[in-house]
Amino acid sequence: MTRDNNSHSDKANPGIKPPPANTVGIIGWIRKNLLGGWVNTLLTIISIYILWLALPPLFDWALLNADFSGSSGKECTTNGACWAWLDQRINQFFYGFYPPESYWRVNLSLILLLPALAYILFENLPYSKYGRWFALSYPIISALLLLGGAGLEVVTTDKFGGFMLNLVAGLAGIILSLPIGIVLALGRRSKLPLIRMFSIAFIEIIRGVPLITLLFVAVIIVQLFLPPGVSLDQLVRVMIMITIFASAYMAEVIRGGLQAIPNGQYEAAQAVGLGYWRSMRLVILPQALKISIPGIVNTFIGLFKDTTLVIIIGLFDILGQARLLQTNPDWMGKVDHETFLLAALFFFIICFSMSRYSINLEKRLDTTNK
Amino acid sequence: MNENSAVIEISALNKWFGNFHVLRDINLSISQGERIVICGPSGSGKSTLIRCINRLEEHQEGRIVVEGNELTHDLKNIDAVRREVGMVFQSFNLFPHLNVLDNCTLALIWVRKMPKLEAESLAMEYLERVKIPEQARKFPGQLSGGQQQRVAIARSLCMRPKIMLFDEPTSALDPEMIKEVLDVMVDLADTGMTMLVVTHEMGFASQVADRIIFMDEGLIVEQNTPEEFFNNPKSDRTKLFLSQILSH
Ligand SMILES: Nc1ncnc2c1ncn2[C@@H]1O[C@H](COP(=O)(O)OP(=O)(O)OP(=O)(O)O)[C@@H](O)[C@H]1O
Ligand SMILES: [Mg+2]
Repeated sequence: MTRDNNSHSDKANPGIKPPPANTVGIIGWIRKNLLGGWVNTLLTIISIYILWLALPPLFDWALLNADFSGSSGKECTTNGACWAWLDQRINQFFYGFYPPESYWRVNLSLILLLPALAYILFENLPYSKYGRWFALSYPIISALLLLGGAGLEVVTTDKFGGFMLNLVAGLAGIILSLPIGIVLALGRRSKLPLIRMFSIAFIEIIRGVPLITLLFVAVIIVQLFLPPGVSLDQLVRVMIMITIFASAYMAEVIRGGLQAIPNGQYEAAQAVGLGYWRSMRLVILPQALKISIPGIVNTFIGLFKDTTLVIIIGLFDILGQARLLQTNPDWMGKVDHETFLLAALFFFIICFSMSRYSINLEKRLDTTNK
Repeated sequence: MNENSAVIEISALNKWFGNFHVLRDINLSISQGERIVICGPSGSGKSTLIRCINRLEEHQEGRIVVEGNELTHDLKNIDAVRREVGMVFQSFNLFPHLNVLDNCTLALIWVRKMPKLEAESLAMEYLERVKIPEQARKFPGQLSGGQQQRVAIARSLCMRPKIMLFDEPTSALDPEMIKEVLDVMVDLADTGMTMLVVTHEMGFASQVADRIIFMDEGLIVEQNTPEEFFNNPKSDRTKLFLSQILSH
């Protein structure tokens, strides 16, 4: 549009010229980003050289010279990757020991996640009122689907495994750690000394201890304090600890955002009669969370990767499945790289998506330059 | 002065920041429709005084009664007072994440529980009064300072307050924008709004004010009509202040 305007006014306004051709378009981009100055040019050449060294052999190994069929590692005879196990094991990498006849329950709950997420992340979708309710009830629906009960066959959490376990634990943590983090961050800035001290103590203690220590506490020590006969599911304990751990970091990320909001915002909200909670919800938090998006997503990504620690309660998430296969006599010594590569790929896809979405969200929420 | 006609009644007000005695024995009674300009040197407690009136600051001694509600720790009374009192800040304090219209309707919808459409048409009415209805869909960051301050005035007026507080509403503005804001304030004064304005705009003060209050070091040193205040200041401190401010 602006371009149109320019060309129209060209005749009337001889001073207006289009930018020089070598500063726009692909050539302009290359000149500016890859060849701008001799340092950039040198870095570009080195990068291309490294890629040229690394990519072709990787490609050969992973695909061209790879073995794709066979029932054990012995049948992988080329010097490429051994993918023969995929056929037998891919389901286990994804669903763990979940009963195969009930895989559809996992699938369904993952499919339902998409609309639930969409209704949370995007405004202006059709039927948004029902959509919000659906999104709110999604955790219950999916817990029911995954665990069974109410007519569905019960599946205990020790059957959970593979990437599905990472997804379930990660999502639960993500959904819960944000609100808990917000409450802790507000608590830390509260005027009431008791609430403030509790928040500070909670945040600092949790942040001051390695996650793995917290998990051992949850798994071993908590049992000592529970009344006899009461037992808390091991997976639930681990998920609680991962969530709490992420919440403490989340609280500090959000506190940083809160501190960036000038006091005048709060005062203006008070002056028009919004009380504390409404001021927070409608004025302060929307701004503070927006500033904190990079840190929040960073915490989400960290939390998601920490779900691999479920291995300490003997559950086999996707990394556990990789280790399991690596120690399987049939495949031993043949699949070390391949299984880890697959696990890494799964994690990368999810984490990279989160990161891209957050960048998109930041752009969408930017009101300074619309 | 007749006790009943006073919409704001401040008596024996004292306030400290730590050990610093910022407001000292303030007595002030403001009646319905009165326009008051408060001036005085920097740090004299002008902002603190008007911020006490809608409880952005808490006072430690004395009484503040606004429209029959005494300001105490009782949140109900504070809410009641804030319903009657609008405030405009030096730094506008618009909500940057909301567009102009949403800035105006936020409290109408959430505090007054007004339906969205009704709130929007009310907000448009006030945006027209401050002469920027065409900016309704823009974000504060896209407006000039003068426009932002007029939005801030409209945002307060939407809540239909009986009293408006202004804390140096034009001090953060470039000279050419000061007039557009002052014009809106003069219009508002013509509607009979009770106004307390902290400002150094002496032209505005002499045109609009019923009473000028001069503060120094936490005290009300002098209060008088504009003519008396400018032509016949009583205290030496007032004279000094006036000579400084008028020599600019
Ligand atoms: N929150 C606070 N804590 C401590 N001291 C404060 C606080 N707010 C204001 N003060 C002090 O109280 C005094 C009065 O401040 P106030 O803002 O009321 O002055 P003012 O008359 O509005 O001045 P100005 O013309 O500069 O706005 C100043 O000395 C200021 O430093
Ligand atoms: Mg001030």
